Amino acid sequence: MTEIHMPRLSDTMEEGVISAWRKQVGEQINRGDVVADIETDKAVMELEAYDDGVLEKILIGEGETVPIGTPIGLLGDGSGSAAEPGPSESSGSAQQSSGERSGSEPQDNGQSSAPAQQDSAPAGSGSGAESGNGSQGGPRNRPKASPLARAVAREKGVDLSTVSGTGPGGRIIRVDIEAAAERSGAAQPATAPTAPEQETSADTSAAAEDPDLEEIPLSNIRKVTAKRLTESKQQAPHFYLTSAVDVTDLVSFRADLNERLQAAGGPKVSVNDLVVKACATALRANPSVNVSFRDEKLFQHKRVHLGVAVALDSGLVVPVIPDADRKSVSEIATEGREKAERARDGKLKPDEMTGSTFSVSNLGMFGIEEFSAVINPPEAAILAVGATREEVQVRDGEFAVRKMLRLTLSADHRAVDGAVGAVFMQQLTGLLEDPIRIIA
Amino acid sequence: MAVITYRQALHDTLREEMLADENVFLIGEEIGVFEGSYKITAGLLDEFGEKRVRDTPIAEEGFVGAAVGAAMLGLRPVVELMTINFSLLALDQIVNHAAKIYGMFGGQSNAPMVLRTPGGGGQQLGATHSQNIELYYAFVPGLKVVAPSTPADAKALLKASMADNDPVLFLENLALYNTKGEVPDEVAPAEIGKAGIVRPGSDITIIGYSRMANVATQVADKLQQDEGISAEVVDLRSLRPLDRETVVESVRKTGCAVIAEDDWLTYGIGAEIAASISDGAFDYLDAPVRRVAAAEVPLPYAKPLERAALPSAESLTTAVHQTLEAVGHRR
Repeated sequence: MTEIHMPRLSDTMEEGVISAWRKQVGEQINRGDVVADIETDKAVMELEAYDDGVLEKILIGEGETVPIGTPIGLLGDGSGSAAEPGPSESSGSAQQSSGERSGSEPQDNGQSSAPAQQDSAPAGSGSGAESGNGSQGGPRNRPKASPLARAVAREKGVDLSTVSGTGPGGRIIRVDIEAAAERSGAAQPATAPTAPEQETSADTSAAAEDPDLEEIPLSNIRKVTAKRLTESKQQAPHFYLTSAVDVTDLVSFRADLNERLQAAGGPKVSVNDLVVKACATALRANPSVNVSFRDEKLFQHKRVHLGVAVALDSGLVVPVIPDADRKSVSEIATEGREKAERARDGKLKPDEMTGSTFSVSNLGMFGIEEFSAVINPPEAAILAVGATREEVQVRDGEFAVRKMLRLTLSADHRAVDGAVGAVFMQQLTGLLEDPIRIIA
Repeated sequence: MAVITYRQALHDTLREEMLADENVFLIGEEIGVFEGSYKITAGLLDEFGEKRVRDTPIAEEGFVGAAVGAAMLGLRPVVELMTINFSLLALDQIVNHAAKIYGMFGGQSNAPMVLRTPGGGGQQLGATHSQNIELYYAFVPGLKVVAPSTPADAKALLKASMADNDPVLFLENLALYNTKGEVPDEVAPAEIGKAGIVRPGSDITIIGYSRMANVATQVADKLQQDEGISAEVVDLRSLRPLDRETVVESVRKTGCAVIAEDDWLTYGIGAEIAASISDGAFDYLDAPVRRVAAAEVPLPYAKPLERAALPSAESLTTAVHQTLEAVGHRR
């Protein structure tokens, strides 16, 4: 008897929904057959069988959500002697399919650890009289707190990193949490463990009583987006560089290029495709922007993979164009269009959404002139592309009507310095203003 | 309700059970004519005769082995080993035979026997006569190990041990024989494997057994009186089976724990308790679990050294203070 498990299909996936079973109980299954459709936080994926056998039992029905690794069905020899799920035999295989290009990101997998706990620990670790027994400092950079203090902090919603410990070696103990909770006004009687529940129920009942307020259940994509972008804004010190680019030549270059491409039966390219290609080229020339800051370490990416943000009704996804610097503009156009379409259908595979080293976000089609985007962690920068508008510019002392485009780079100052970002923007602007070089 | 000594409680129980069941017999060194080294069996030879109160040569392996055989054939022997230190001579009979009879013979036979033996130091008897090696037996599946700390518990647990169909090591302590306590006229057999909360409290849990359970209670009473500290005392009573639940429940309530034991620290019973607490009450701990135990030396003969090596009310009080300071309980 072999179990079929809820697979882990992406870095951020913690649970999945069985959106459909493609096989019936009693049906013969061969290795590689699609047995079910799994809806993850980002997409609907096909689950292929790792083993041969007869589907003897469906343990999790359609529409149900279960954590990764949960047995969802049983494969047997057809004798119908489907036993209860035993100890996991294939937990390894359940994880095999999480393809990934740019190394793993362990802190994003599995349980979500509160970001606030990771980045700031009270100073003075190891100064305690008891540090010798090793039970306090801990290998990770997190506040020293007794298990009880942690439990009470969870219950009262106190952020450990905001509390200083009065226990041995600076350990946060229960009384510290209770004092902090009192200070923060969220004062609850120390002996009332039900207090936080009352608090939440008060909140929700407020929503329930207000007829003008309706709670919308969070989609998985929305949840992940919220979590990751909050982390990004909290942890990455963003700075912004805006350039106004004269794209008059680019626009006519694009028209010319599209005419020729169409004559040759090729695809059209958009301004965004040209921006993506120019970014890739500029990143190749400025490797210090093609970096990631992760776990207090700086990583240099040797390849240039560009993420291109696509807005969906359910949230934001970022399909990746790998090795964009080595692809032609029309290749980028074709690949980008195809992936964006599949993203809208929810058919994009998770490995097509991970591993980007830099992202481009374009709101020009909505008439937005300029904006600043939130960095897509663990990348170090993102480029926000606005709308192309005709503007009056001064050229050689004369008024001139030029087509202008505003680009804003959001960069993580832990990884990229202002001047480094500025040089990148200078080169990018240069490429876009002299577009023949983009396809060089 | 009478106030009697721990010694008297043991004597009374043996006599009562002998009267109630003629299959019960006593066997050991000097338990007959000499009435036992600690006088537990005083008068029993006269009352029940040589057949039921059997003096043996100094041959522990022999008479424990004889008891195992007798138990297998339907009698209910109560062995007195003069001190737990001498039980080592019968280790093979206890660990390799008595403990395994039931399992080795597929349940066809068992060994319903009690091994009564005192342990502990503090009597200036030297290193080889002053040990707390109950851990050796508590380690062995197939044996039960009980360690009562009061006359009432001694009576209730000895009754339960004599009624049990498994071999039970019944641990006494030399320091307890003369202690007194109230014993009800009618004592029901205790439940082996059930710890007791002998003193409720809310600030800290102190876990002990045998002599140290009494020390813990004294310390807790004094802390309450002098400093208003409310310490809960858990008396394990039984080392195997071990009542992890009661311990864990208490620590969940108080948030910190000190374990007091007369045996050595390293690998000791306290380590097992600490592991149980970590397993069952981790999220309720506000401080690391502390242990108070004997110095890790063969117990010295010289009185001041012996006293210094054994855990005391003072060392336990210090450990409680240190733990409470660590959770912000200011004196």
